[in-house]
Amino acid sequence: MKSEPLVLGIETSCDETGVGIVRGHTLLADAVASSVDQHARFGGVVPEVASRAHLEAMVPTIQRACETAGVQLSDVDAIAVTHGPGLAGALLVGVASAKALALSLGKPLYGVNHLAAHVAVDQLEHGPLPEPCLALLVSGGHSSLLRVTDVTGHEGGVDPLGATIDDAAGEAFDKVARLLGLPFPGGPHIDRAAREGNQVAIDFPRGLTSRRDLERHRFDFSFSGLKTAVARWVEARQRSGEPVPVADVAASFQEAVCDVLVRKALDAAAAEGIEDLMIGGGVAANSRLRALAEERAGKLGIRVRVPRPGLCTDNGAMVAALGSTMVARGRTPSPLDLPADSSLPVTDVLAG
Amino acid sequence: MLLAFDTASPTVTVALHDGSDVVASATATSAMRHGEQLAPLVAQVLEQAGAKPADLTAIAVGVGPGPFTGLRVGLVTARTMGHVLQVPVHGVCSLDALAVEAVETGTVDGDFVVATDARRKEVYLASYDREGRRHHDPVVDRPAVLATDRPVVGEGAALYPDAFPAGRAPLRPDAVWLARAVASRRVDVLEPEPMYLRRPDAEVPRSPKAVLPDAVPGP
Ligand SMILES: [Zn+2]
Repeated sequence: MKSEPLVLGIETSCDETGVGIVRGHTLLADAVASSVDQHARFGGVVPEVASRAHLEAMVPTIQRACETAGVQLSDVDAIAVTHGPGLAGALLVGVASAKALALSLGKPLYGVNHLAAHVAVDQLEHGPLPEPCLALLVSGGHSSLLRVTDVTGHEGGVDPLGATIDDAAGEAFDKVARLLGLPFPGGPHIDRAAREGNQVAIDFPRGLTSRRDLERHRFDFSFSGLKTAVARWVEARQRSGEPVPVADVAASFQEAVCDVLVRKALDAAAAEGIEDLMIGGGVAANSRLRALAEERAGKLGIRVRVPRPGLCTDNGAMVAALGSTMVARGRTPSPLDLPADSSLPVTDVLAG
Repeated sequence: MLLAFDTASPTVTVALHDGSDVVASATATSAMRHGEQLAPLVAQVLEQAGAKPADLTAIAVGVGPGPFTGLRVGLVTARTMGHVLQVPVHGVCSLDALAVEAVETGTVDGDFVVATDARRKEVYLASYDREGRRHHDPVVDRPAVLATDRPVVGEGAALYPDAFPAGRAPLRPDAVWLARAVASRRVDVLEPEPMYLRRPDAEVPRSPKAVLPDAVPGP
């Protein structure tokens, strides 16, 4: 047990300053400082506000993680950091801090991909990841279907089958929440409002599910048409002077999103002959997505793994978890001139 | 050993001071890309001097004003190293480092100002006495508003010669002088907080745009 590597992971790709510490697959600390409240009145994350907050939160969050884990920085065997994709200025704060740690401690540095880290985090909750597995990653910044045969990305180990062609799923939640007068970020508020509503009250469109779309975009997503359909429906209601049934709109919208996500994920799993579906990213915290995935996957004999909500949203533990796998599999550490790459492709899991 | 670096200009600059003078220094050959260049340059300077991170007793860092992204790279690096190594981190106004160099190298011999590039057609500026002591907090504004015939140190004069006709060297902060200024207590030492001088660009969104065509009044 003692031989398992102690890894500290740093995540600053969006508005959460995350520092996690793991030993092997065991989570020791997951300290997160969020600047979400500072962005709420802007209805979305403001990059400069996020970057400033990361600088202020960085060292205190490292400190808090070490205290929670009961470890000294000098005990750490390796440093891992998200170096993309994400907001360039925000990523840079974490990358620079990770380099300073690696340099000062004389320990290896692993620059890793944020998306693969969302997959790797599940190991902290459910043990070693079955490989291959199919990963559905859904958040405010990404919506992807990945075929994962090696989460460290070795030899094409992370293969994108599909992605959103316009808005991310979480973005659609934020925009619809705003239409309904619900606060930012929209996900949890829509989820809550939807519990009181009827999910079949309004038949909102399921993007890229028509036969023609499926030919070219079988595993891709589109949420922009859905968002516009909700806006039209709400506006028509307001114009006619009738009250907007917020709970029904929320439930019907959420159902449309979850239906498409689950349908495409299971179709991909079946097509690839994969029996394990992993769902990650902030939208994986949505209660209906979890329920629908389990209900439908069960009928197909596909197992579903979803980390607990706190591990689905952006955090440092997920980066540490992927870093720990890098160490365990003997991957080559990244150089000190590692860049932050805001548009890092999902296939590039480790910076070389 | 004092490690000094500045990332408040397009140039990344690093120096190591052993208590009597600078023993190693390095400056990035290509502009920008602070996040990529700073850590390797720190490693390089330590190696040049045959020093280890554990030999450091303090860190000095330029706190700007300067472009925010680069500035934060320097500050988070300084703060993190200070925390790991348990050594104090001294913030220095980056314009002060330029002022000390100008006085010590004799490019000025009376009152002068330091003006650097603030982008968006503006400059960061502060004025100094003949000893290189700053009169006021740095400001940011258009060159025309801050125009002066006094000697001007820093890149501002090279960029806006109409507003600052008496420009001279040095143009960008050099960690060699930053280290010397701190080691000789020639500058005020500040908290390692960035001098932003500008608020973040952020707009509060208006209410959602209408998606239906405007209602046509009926007959
Ligand atoms: Zn994410």
